[in-house]
Order: sequence, then C-alpha cells, then structure tokens
Amino acid sequence: MSQRKTIDARGAFCPGPLMEVIAALKLIEIGDEVEVWSTDQGTVKDLPIWVDKVGHKLIETNECDGYWSLVVEKTK
Amino acid sequence: MTKKILIVGGGLAGTIIANGLCRQLTKQIKSGDVAITMLGTSDQHMYQPGLLYIPFGKMREAELFRDQRKVLDKRVPYFIDPAKNIDTDKKEVTTDSGKTYTYDYLVLATGSRIMPQSIPGMAESAHWFYDLEGARKMRSALDDFEGGKIVVNVNVPHKCPVAPLEITFMLYDYLTEKGVMDKTEITYTYPIGRLHGLEPVALWAQPEMDKFGIKYETFFNTKEVDPDNKTITSEEGETLSYDMLVTIPPHSGAEVISSSGLGDGGWVPTDKKKLLMDGTTDIFVCGDTTNIPISKAGSTAHFEADVVIDNLTSILTENRWARDYDGKVYCFIETGMDEGTYVWFNYTTPPNPGPPSQMIHWFKLAYNRLYWLSARGLL
Repeated sequence: MSQRKTIDARGAFCPGPLMEVIAALKLIEIGDEVEVWSTDQGTVKDLPIWVDKVGHKLIETNECDGYWSLVVEKTK
Repeated sequence: MTKKILIVGGGLAGTIIANGLCRQLTKQIKSGDVAITMLGTSDQHMYQPGLLYIPFGKMREAELFRDQRKVLDKRVPYFIDPAKNIDTDKKEVTTDSGKTYTYDYLVLATGSRIMPQSIPGMAESAHWFYDLEGARKMRSALDDFEGGKIVVNVNVPHKCPVAPLEITFMLYDYLTEKGVMDKTEITYTYPIGRLHGLEPVALWAQPEMDKFGIKYETFFNTKEVDPDNKTITSEEGETLSYDMLVTIPPHSGAEVISSSGLGDGGWVPTDKKKLLMDGTTDIFVCGDTTNIPISKAGSTAHFEADVVIDNLTSILTENRWARDYDGKVYCFIETGMDEGTYVWFNYTTPPNPGPPSQMIHWFKLAYNRLYWLSARGLL
C-alpha cells in the first residue's frame, strides 16, 4: 500500500512548490506519492515538465477552490 | 510551581527566543515562576551569513564568532550537551551526557545541516561555503585558481535561498578583479525550470547572467559527481565538466529530530501560523527546524522567533494567544562585490525586488555587524 505525503504550499513563494516536491521525493520510498497544493499557476506547467524529465509519474492534477492539487509518484 | 521552558538549539532562533523571553518575563524569572534552560552543541555562536564572504577574504574568520554565553542572557543556564532523544509524551529531553531535562514548554530550534555526503562523489570533490571548513577550502582553491570551468551547483533543500545567486555574482566580480575571468567559464545549475525559486528574482537574474556571460542549466538535480573525470551529472541526464565545483549541498534537519520520531528528514511538521508542532500546544518550532514551505533563512528564524516570544509570554502571563506568524521573510541579495538589493514577502504578499544599489550593499555590510544585536534580542 503506497503512502501519500501532502505538502500545503499554498502561498509559498520561496523556495516554491516544485522545490518542496523535489525535497519531499528524496524522503519517501519508491512507489509512494507526494501531493502538493499550490496557488501558483506556474506549478501546473513546471511540475509535469520536471516529472517527465526525471521519469517520475504525474498521477493527478486537480483544480480545487482557489488552488491546484498535483500528485506525483516516485518511480526511481 | 515553576514553569519550565526548555530550548533545544543555540543558534539564531533559540538564542533570540531565550533573550526575548528574558526581557518579557523579567519579573516571572526573578520570582522563580518561570525558568528557561538552553541545550546547545557549541560554546561558540556563529554568524552563518558571514560565511559567504570567507572564500573571498572579505571577512575574517574571527568576525563570525562570539562566545555563546556572552550572547545569551545570563539568566539562561546554557549546557553544551546535545539532545539525544526528545520524548514528547513524557515531556523530557535526554542528552548525550545522559542527563534528562523536563519541560512545560519546549522550543525546538535544532536547525539544519549540510549533507554533501548524500550525493555520490560530492563530498570528495566539491567546494562549498556553508560551513567554516568548507569556506576555508574554497578560499584556498580560489587563491590558486587561474582560470577554467567553474560550476555553481544548487541542490534541494538548502538554506539561504539567495546565497547561490550571491556566490555566483561575487565569483564573477572576484575573478574579474583577479584578471582571470577572460579565461573562466561559470555555469550555474538550478533544480527547477528557472534560475531561482522566487520568480521575480529569477526574472532579474537571467538577464544579469546573460550580461556577464554566465551560463546556466535549469532542471538540474544532482545525481552524482565523478571526482576522477571532474564531471557532474543530473537526474535529468545532463553532464557538465568542471575544473572547480562549487556546490550548495542538500540540507537535512537535526538527527535528534528524526531519531526521536518527530519528523522525516529532521524537519518537524509545524502549523505555519501558530509555529506549534502539529497536534501539540506545548511545543514551539522555530527556524530551519520547521517543515513549513518557506525559505530557510536567518530572517525567517528571526521573524518566527518574535512570534514565539510574544505567544509564550502571553500564554504564561495572560493565558491567551498573542498573534500568528504571517510568513514574513526578508533577504538581502549581494549582486556582486559592490552592489546589492533585497526582497521581502509573506504568505499573502509576493516578492518584488528593486534595482541593485551600492546603498543596499552597504546596509548588508552594516547588518553583518548589527547581527549581534539581533541575537541579543535588541534589534
């Protein structure tokens, strides 16, 4: 059963949601997931690009009430 | 009955809180109603932002240090006896020496540490300025440097998020002054798709780097360093060669935090406004120790410390909550050896850095001296 860690990065300007995701992925096991909540629309664009480059897996992208929720699975 | 406040960590955050509480709770400490104790790891207090200047010989090592017992209010017993285990159920902290300290209120200010050893080959071959030994070695390497490829490599997570840009622009000025910049190529690598986590800072930095001919690679998360072939490779598949590698190493929280089961990676899950450890009402967390997704920086620790002081004081004297932390961060940014700018933001106000000027550079140099008033809780 995979674990999911949630980062509430809403309103986080620095280091920013993607940097938080990268840091969080270092602390979880392969197969586990990181969910990030972000109010920065740039995250919706940047995170999938980075996930694709590194080879992790984007599981979900959801627009919520004033923020986005993205879920990444660690694959390596 | 004496209320016992135990502060674990003698860095900026813990020291400001201890000194601030002494000022706010003078009567209660004198009457014995409140007692504050601090556990630390060193008899020296270091001004960490000053490490940036050590590789360039712009600050002397002695200027970075003061005796911790002189920085700390005399009413606070200070023990150089690192915490070994924190038991929040029993409300006690056990130390390396085997002593046990109980508390009514705990302040966790254990900070962060560099972990170059977590990336294969990095510790053996890279230079950094995030501790004194590293800054000394980098100073020596720069003394001997006569040209070649320098890679400035940024890893996640790290404290002082503007320092990677500062060291890059300062390197450019230093090497120009030394007369070897025309034989040097500087490449800056950053983990995400722009040159800094703060978008306005990234938008400012890119044309500056273009102007100076500084190259950059984005989406570069270090996988390994090959010291024999002098190459660095990213998780994204890029490999760069270097003659001198300057890295911002990945950081971790304190070992005692993770070994006590208080937070993965040494970062304590913390309410971003209350600065209380999640699920508690008696454990405050301050500075780099929190898992709050904001900059790990001295100013963050300072603004958080002021909030912790106000709330602990109000709880102990008026049994009420005083105020929430608004996420304020303020950072000077050295844009070379002679100019600087600054940026501030909080949870609701985005950053908006102004144009660099010599005046702001001087303010930063002045703050390098004024810091000791901050640590004493006077500024």
